[in-house]
Amino acid sequence: MLDSFIPSWAELLRFMPEIILSLVGSLLVMLEPVTGPKSKSMLGHVAIAGLIVALGATFVAHANPGAAFSSMIVVDGFATFFRVIVFTVGILTIFSSYQYLDREGSNRGEYYALILFSVVGQSVMVVANELIMIFIGLEISSIATYVLAGFLRDDKRNNESAIKYFLLGSFATGFLLYGIALIYGATGTTDLGEVRQAVLQSAEPPVLLLSVAAGLMFIGLGFKVSGAPFQMWTPDVYQGAPTPVTAFMSAGPKAAAFAIFLRIFVTVFESVGDRWEPLIWASALASMTIGNFAALQQKNFKRLLAYSSIAHAGYVLVALTARSEIGTASAMFYLAAYALMNMGAFAVIAHVAGKGETTVDVSDFAGLGAKQPVTAALLTIFMLSLIGVPLTGGFFGKFYIFKAALESKLLWLAILGLLNSAVAAYYYLRVLVVMYMEEPSARTENLEPMPMSLQAALWLPAAGVLFLGIFPSAVLEFASASARLLGQ
Amino acid sequence: MLDTVFFYLFTLLTLGGAILTVATRNAVHSALFLITSLLGVAGLYLLLHAEFLFAVQIIVYVGGIMVLFLFVIMLVNLDAAAAQRQFSRMWPVALGCVALVGLELFYFLGKGEPAFRIAAPPPVPEPTAGNTERIADVLFSQYLLPFEIASLLLLVAVIGSVVMAKKRI
Repeated sequence: MLDSFIPSWAELLRFMPEIILSLVGSLLVMLEPVTGPKSKSMLGHVAIAGLIVALGATFVAHANPGAAFSSMIVVDGFATFFRVIVFTVGILTIFSSYQYLDREGSNRGEYYALILFSVVGQSVMVVANELIMIFIGLEISSIATYVLAGFLRDDKRNNESAIKYFLLGSFATGFLLYGIALIYGATGTTDLGEVRQAVLQSAEPPVLLLSVAAGLMFIGLGFKVSGAPFQMWTPDVYQGAPTPVTAFMSAGPKAAAFAIFLRIFVTVFESVGDRWEPLIWASALASMTIGNFAALQQKNFKRLLAYSSIAHAGYVLVALTARSEIGTASAMFYLAAYALMNMGAFAVIAHVAGKGETTVDVSDFAGLGAKQPVTAALLTIFMLSLIGVPLTGGFFGKFYIFKAALESKLLWLAILGLLNSAVAAYYYLRVLVVMYMEEPSARTENLEPMPMSLQAALWLPAAGVLFLGIFPSAVLEFASASARLLGQ
Repeated sequence: MLDTVFFYLFTLLTLGGAILTVATRNAVHSALFLITSLLGVAGLYLLLHAEFLFAVQIIVYVGGIMVLFLFVIMLVNLDAAAAQRQFSRMWPVALGCVALVGLELFYFLGKGEPAFRIAAPPPVPEPTAGNTERIADVLFSQYLLPFEIASLLLLVAVIGSVVMAKKRI
């Protein structure tokens, strides 16, 4: 009996990215005391190397798909897609962190270790095929992110950000757990495949009980993806956290949370879909409207992007409302594009912010176009992509989402969503106007040149956004194929 | 018959302890009543033949976490807090929530047991071993991965709390 539970090599291979990252993370914590204060950046290089190896291991694992560890995890196209997103987000975060941490005088090994552990948590979430695994992955990711949000302990806004994120995040996890408990109570299993079978096969499913369970899980996940009406924490947390961490929070944990959202709602609860569809419909519309209209009035750039991130969660929720293969595929594509453009935009903010993040208002970016034309050009690409202008990844993301909505006969949601993105264009374009047409501000007047690491954090996502905008078909085909397999 | 008597006894312990936890003014008394409540839950586990959970409940919650609570309460000066008004003005909202949950409970109780279940309960194998042995079997075979991953969760929590709380790093 024991032999059958000793994991085979193939099973270990499917879990190898997480194993590698856990080992590298632990290694960083052990290396931290023996490295001198000047060579902490070396630990960041180790972390990036670990993430790149993990990225390689992801593709090796993908060559050999299937379930592992008593089907606790499943490696499929969907999992691979999101693994690549969260690992890339991890690499970009570390690139944009070096200069920031040095400037704030807290370049420490624990920072890089926590980033890696958070990425492991997200990676566990996206490969999990079991509610308990999802929960543990979510907690690993969240706890590491709570600490990262308050990493500069002497900064008041960091403290505010961390405590708000921690309290509301723990609260939200509680709701998710109640939902999981109800599902276990109803079906006697936490395995997603078995839950799906139980829901499909029962002659008379207790729709009310399932709806309550789905509702509770929606509350928990809604908090994590900052979808309305659970978006209140987002602006304060995003504004207060160190800028590279804000970038990380808005891309990695959000993509992973949407991944489990898709896995649970579109596959497991598919057969009771008409019950939860109105809920997500309303949430999508509210997220888009609240996010875009609140962003119009923001002066602080980080706060502006926080509200924009609520709006973008709304667009992805539109894709979920479509409840179709193309809906799932468009959500995946959008999350990839969004992660890239948001990481890039926040990297520019991290550059301009200055010590203690004193210059993060939109007006502080005045004259950036004249002083650092390359930085300004790259920020322009990200802003245009966030608007959804053709030739950028954001355009095809929005295009496929609204196409999916129309195909699922969600005419009104698509119209209101499109109107919303027109509103959004105003505040993104305002940034460009300030940047190119106004006299240089005190900050841009004597802006230090951009270090190599930060350049990498800008050029890589810019290249990615343009690639997704010009050659979307390769990525979209992969996403569609994964979405098709997911529904089976 | 005896089971029913014990069930109501433990329920009384759990609910009574919980109510007194929030109703008493003295924080140390609150903590002690919380211990009573947790012991009641442990008793319920025993009635369900979940001996392992029974032991864990007492060792971890009553033994570990509650002792920690008491330490914190005794270290922090709560005299000022005791003088403040005890019940929040928001109590009608709380009452509404409780009423809602109560309503839900009665609705499902009225529908009877089938309302709670959609799949046939998994076949319970003949108990060849005690509850604790069977949990060990499942934990180290089927649920090996979550069990191991949970250690990473603890590691992150430890590193995080040190990063946040240490005076000088």
